Amino acid sequence: MSFFAALGRPEVLDLARQTHYFWALLPEIVLTLGAMLVLIVDVIHKGDRSEPSRGSIPVLTLAVLAATALANTALFGLRDVSANGMVAVDGFRTFTNFVYLVAAALCIAISMGYLERRGIMKGEFHALVLFATLGMMLMGGSRDLIMTFIGLEVMSVPIYVLVGFDRMDPRSSEASLKYFLLGAFSSGFFLYGIALVFGAVGSTNLTYIAETLGTGTDHGHERLLMAGMALTLVGLGFKVAAIPFHMWTPDAYDGAPTPVTALMSTGVKAAAFAAFVRIFAVAFADAGAQWVPVVWWLAAVTMVGANLVALTQGSVKRMLAYSSIAHAGYLLVALLSGGDTGKAAFLFYILAYTVMTAGAFGIVIANSRDGEERVTLEDYAGLGLEKPWLGAAFSIFLLSLAGFPLTAGFLGKLYILRAAVEGGQAQLAVILVLASLVSYFYYLRVIVVMYMRPARSEGWHAGAGLPLAARTAVLAACVVVVAMFFAGAVPMRWAEQSALSLWRQPAPVAASPAPASLFR
Amino acid sequence: MLLLQEAAVHATSAAAGQAGESFAAFAPWLILALPLLGFVLNGLLSITAARRALPALPPVGDPHWDAHHEPSEQEHHAHGDDAHPAAHADDHGAHGHDAHGHGPKPATHTLPSFIAPGVLIAAFAVAVVNFLRMLAAHPETAWVHEYWSWMPVNDPTGALRVGAAIQLDQLSMLMTLVITGVGSLIHVFSVGYMKEDPGYPRYMAYLNLFVFFMLTLVLGASYPLMFVGWEGVGLCSYLLIGFWFKERANADAGKKAFIVNRIGDFGFLIAMFLLFANLGTLNFAEVMERAPAQMAFGGAVVTAVCLFFFLGAAGKSAQIPLYVWLPDAMAGPTPVSALIHAATMVTAGVYLVARSATLFTMAPVASLVVALVGTATAIFAASIGLKQWDIKKILAYSTVSQLGFMFAAVGMGAYVAGVFHLMTHAFFKACLFLGSGAVIHAMHEALHHTHSDMDAQDVRNMGGLRRYLPVTFWTMGIATLAIAGVPPFAGFFSKDEITGAAWDGAHGQLPLAAGLAKVGIDGTLWFGLIWGALSIAAFMTAFYMGRMMIYTFFGQNRTGEEERKHLHEGSWTLTLPLVVLALASTFGGFLNVEREVPIVRWFDFGQGEALHRWLHPVLAGADQVAEANGIAGAAVEPSAVPIAVAILLGLGGLALAWTMLSRRALRTAAEEPAYANGVERVLYHKYYVDELYDRVVVRTVGWLSRLQAGFDRYVVDGLVDFGGKMSEWLGVALGRFQTGQVNTYAFAILIGVTLVLYAFVHT
Amino acid sequence: MLRPYVPLLVLLALSVVNAIFMVVLSTVLSPGGATKVKSAPYESGMTPLGNPRERFSVKFYVVAILFIVFDVETIFLLPWAVSARRLGWAGFAAAGIFIFILTVGLIYEWKKGALEWD
Repeated sequence: MSFFAALGRPEVLDLARQTHYFWALLPEIVLTLGAMLVLIVDVIHKGDRSEPSRGSIPVLTLAVLAATALANTALFGLRDVSANGMVAVDGFRTFTNFVYLVAAALCIAISMGYLERRGIMKGEFHALVLFATLGMMLMGGSRDLIMTFIGLEVMSVPIYVLVGFDRMDPRSSEASLKYFLLGAFSSGFFLYGIALVFGAVGSTNLTYIAETLGTGTDHGHERLLMAGMALTLVGLGFKVAAIPFHMWTPDAYDGAPTPVTALMSTGVKAAAFAAFVRIFAVAFADAGAQWVPVVWWLAAVTMVGANLVALTQGSVKRMLAYSSIAHAGYLLVALLSGGDTGKAAFLFYILAYTVMTAGAFGIVIANSRDGEERVTLEDYAGLGLEKPWLGAAFSIFLLSLAGFPLTAGFLGKLYILRAAVEGGQAQLAVILVLASLVSYFYYLRVIVVMYMRPARSEGWHAGAGLPLAARTAVLAACVVVVAMFFAGAVPMRWAEQSALSLWRQPAPVAASPAPASLFR
Repeated sequence: MLLLQEAAVHATSAAAGQAGESFAAFAPWLILALPLLGFVLNGLLSITAARRALPALPPVGDPHWDAHHEPSEQEHHAHGDDAHPAAHADDHGAHGHDAHGHGPKPATHTLPSFIAPGVLIAAFAVAVVNFLRMLAAHPETAWVHEYWSWMPVNDPTGALRVGAAIQLDQLSMLMTLVITGVGSLIHVFSVGYMKEDPGYPRYMAYLNLFVFFMLTLVLGASYPLMFVGWEGVGLCSYLLIGFWFKERANADAGKKAFIVNRIGDFGFLIAMFLLFANLGTLNFAEVMERAPAQMAFGGAVVTAVCLFFFLGAAGKSAQIPLYVWLPDAMAGPTPVSALIHAATMVTAGVYLVARSATLFTMAPVASLVVALVGTATAIFAASIGLKQWDIKKILAYSTVSQLGFMFAAVGMGAYVAGVFHLMTHAFFKACLFLGSGAVIHAMHEALHHTHSDMDAQDVRNMGGLRRYLPVTFWTMGIATLAIAGVPPFAGFFSKDEITGAAWDGAHGQLPLAAGLAKVGIDGTLWFGLIWGALSIAAFMTAFYMGRMMIYTFFGQNRTGEEERKHLHEGSWTLTLPLVVLALASTFGGFLNVEREVPIVRWFDFGQGEALHRWLHPVLAGADQVAEANGIAGAAVEPSAVPIAVAILLGLGGLALAWTMLSRRALRTAAEEPAYANGVERVLYHKYYVDELYDRVVVRTVGWLSRLQAGFDRYVVDGLVDFGGKMSEWLGVALGRFQTGQVNTYAFAILIGVTLVLYAFVHT
Repeated sequence: MLRPYVPLLVLLALSVVNAIFMVVLSTVLSPGGATKVKSAPYESGMTPLGNPRERFSVKFYVVAILFIVFDVETIFLLPWAVSARRLGWAGFAAAGIFIFILTVGLIYEWKKGALEWD
């Protein structure tokens, strides 16, 4: 903090003065420059266009992410006094920025070795990951619906490309096309929703919207606002993969190169959720009576449906895709719980979820081979015995995803449940518990197969493993998952402070959403 | 024990003189810590012994091992159950005992000989130090110290606070002395008795653990802590009964004890719940303080609490109807029978009632139930004892019967008498059991030499042993006189106090009689009944003990020519405890001589009634309750009648046995015809209670559990499986939407949009 | 409450009516049914040669995208140039950043060989 103050950072920002945007956007600026650097360095260094990129590119990428993280610390303790800045300057943004950066770093780390094996080791991959991360930071940190949309697009377009990054693999291309088409479709809804909200309230600034709704004045465009909220919800629901807007998820996750899947299910989801919190739990907080019942149903259906379908998946990668959908449901519960506890639980869980999911995909990568993805359950048989470290790490990640004690996932779920009960969402809490109960089956099934079934053939797992850097990253993720249980109070206190700094505390949402009225 | 007696006598004068001096306990935690340390050390040794592949040591717990491998200088596995003599005989016949020489024993089998008795003696020393300090101070209130908070529950409606606290008062002090003192002797005996057993370190570890739990039981300052000890001793009892678990009968006996005790534990727990619900505490001091104020005298709550506590006590202390496990418990090694199933654990129920004296005084009906059940048990078990042949079975039923006496006493409100009998019984019954152990030991060894298949525990196969086992004979003889109630031995005084209390009650002079009158029950008739029944039981006791002694030690020896040559006394570790216990059985009774009573007045020691004075602070609460409710006993008119009757009955029983049996030519088990007489057969078969339980309870439960298993398998599992299958079907059904077609996906989104829009606009 | 939207409804109704009207009208007015010749892609008598869905070289797209990028640049920069004095140094800096980013893109394209046809 004193470091940035010495560099001339003001203590209080006023985004009405444009030069202050430099400080407010410092991490984004660093990231942009770094991404361009990666792009240029890669093409300049390459003698022949067809040859793979050098091994230094991922390292450079990680360095850029580290520099961005450092720049992100410049946001600590900053405050913005302007009425209508485009970006939020608060602890929530700092926290979520770190989550995206962790997600991106893990994605890059586990992609080492994997890209070479699949023959797609290109510098563009890394640049695109960085640009997507930039989009996440803009989307999750925006204070204006227009900015949110721009962030969403900056995030999405690189992801579309990344999903189809292996052009030679028809499944990858197919996934990319599906994701692109449906993503464009949903972006349209989102943009339309923004337009309608603007029409109803007269501004796209979230603070302004919140204050307008908070005063309770009749702006005379009740239905317009409702429709706007509905379409915004659809757009966000698509990005966080909530049922029924989740249909793209399994196909895209399954077809995408696995590191991209990891990024999609962690960073992209986190950014979309951060925007979700900012738009719904903050800006639309006073219209809770309208949106809470709808989101209630989304959460319930997402939790139940995703867990049920996940039961029947024979592919571990696809199972993790459904698991990711189910976790969207859990996070929606945190969002619905309202209040500071709800938001703190959300932050805690998104961090835990990011680490454990990325780690799990790291193991999926470790188990894959040249040009061949080994993702079926049978492929994992005997892994725990032949590769004890991989098996142990995967077990920890899966148990954490299931919410088993001694892992971060347990504590995260506990915090969400507490917030839900305190926030008057006891019914959702019960649904969450029951849904997690179902989830235990498919998570544990993988562990059972790993340890109790013999491998398909002798030496089946001989080539499984990760290069050193990726191994370190997965190990670190493992350690974090366990440490977050034993020292859970530390990240939780940070999350609580971050949640407190959200720039407008919403009124507590309606106690019970009376879901039955939905289809009356 | 002499020390105890003298000191107690001394105490009263000291208390009178310098009552103000405060009592400072001397590291009472050591009393608990030492046996625990012994358990840990012996346990480690036992694990080491089991781990190490000793060619000479087979798997721990093999009862036949000695027969195969050891040239039995000392026959040690003296547990022979009468159901399995043939098994031993086969071993003896099949394998000679001359094939192996002695090797040096490993440290795992020598160290316990020092550790186990050592920690006990050290604990006894600490207890004595504390006792002397308490004697000097004679504190009016209990010394309670909480070492750490064990179960703090902060609940707005009422906080449960249970600390890991030790309560030292006159009652727990007395119990501690008995447990560590008698326990030390039995540990010493065990060294001689068990040291050749392959499971020796394990045995000693269990025994130490038992003492630790037993001390927890008596030293704990709250019901939950007492319950910990309660369960712990149950566990150790189970482990030790089934010590030779390779034989199914032993393991079954252990299980039987464990399961029957569960019923009692249920009562204990319910009583604790009731207490906490009504008083908001479970610490002894607080319970006794709050109970008189917060519960009605003779009310339903306090009666229920006491009855449930008694259910627990009946399980642990083998009272009707839960006594059936104790005779079977004799399957354990004999020192175990002496320590756990005669001297200490089984008296825990008596201790529980005495500890809860305030509560029981408040519940006259429950007290009467306790007294009646105790009396019934006393006469019932004594009658079974009349016709048993197995020496340990005789002693087992004798124990049940004597426990009945104790419950009759505490039930009648004669708490001191009950505790007194508890103490003297610990002396003479431990002496008898250890004596029987020495007898069995000698018999077994003798029979081993000739590979005889005779039952080493059947008194019909003994006879005339007094010539071969003089020390055992004399010590057991003294103990027999004590249990039969012959003055001036210990049992006479304690038993006399119990029958005397019943006599007083029959004359309306007990507080309980007044208490019963208060709730509308004429107690005098009941007390008369109790007195009569106890007197008959005492007579039977004298008879069967005399019968046992005559069969064992008198007449012609029936072991056979060859075996006779090998009959001899055991080592000093076996005889020394017998001698000490015999001395205690002789003089222990003077501790509580009632000076005012005729006849007994001749034995005037000090101020008399030392135990009464000693225990007075503990029972002060109960006295206050009695006084507050106007039921304090009237001044007791001393009467010579019950004393005279008691002496007559005791001597008479022995005399009857002598006249009936001494001149008859006794025959061995093989020659003796089965009981022809109906009554005799019924008695020999213990009134067929085991069979009855088997038919009514065991089979019903078995049938119910099979039904339950079926229900579980088909209905519960079916439902669970159905739930799982349903989830899977639903998953498959939902997964059908995942067609892979973009237009389907887009359509799904569109439906979602429509629903969301509708929901928003509609609300 | 919905009164302001009445014109919208009217417009909707009119468009639907118009669409139906056009379709019906063309059906009624068109002479005769379809013949083979009439259904052919070109009625001028020429038989189409080759596959109409012929794949263009991907270079076309790359160049087209380059064109669009600079097209957009022009669209942004022209209004800026018009009001450059009023926007001041802040506007200048913003335009500079914009051009910088585009330049990086150009360098990338260049090095990638997007500007070489072969």
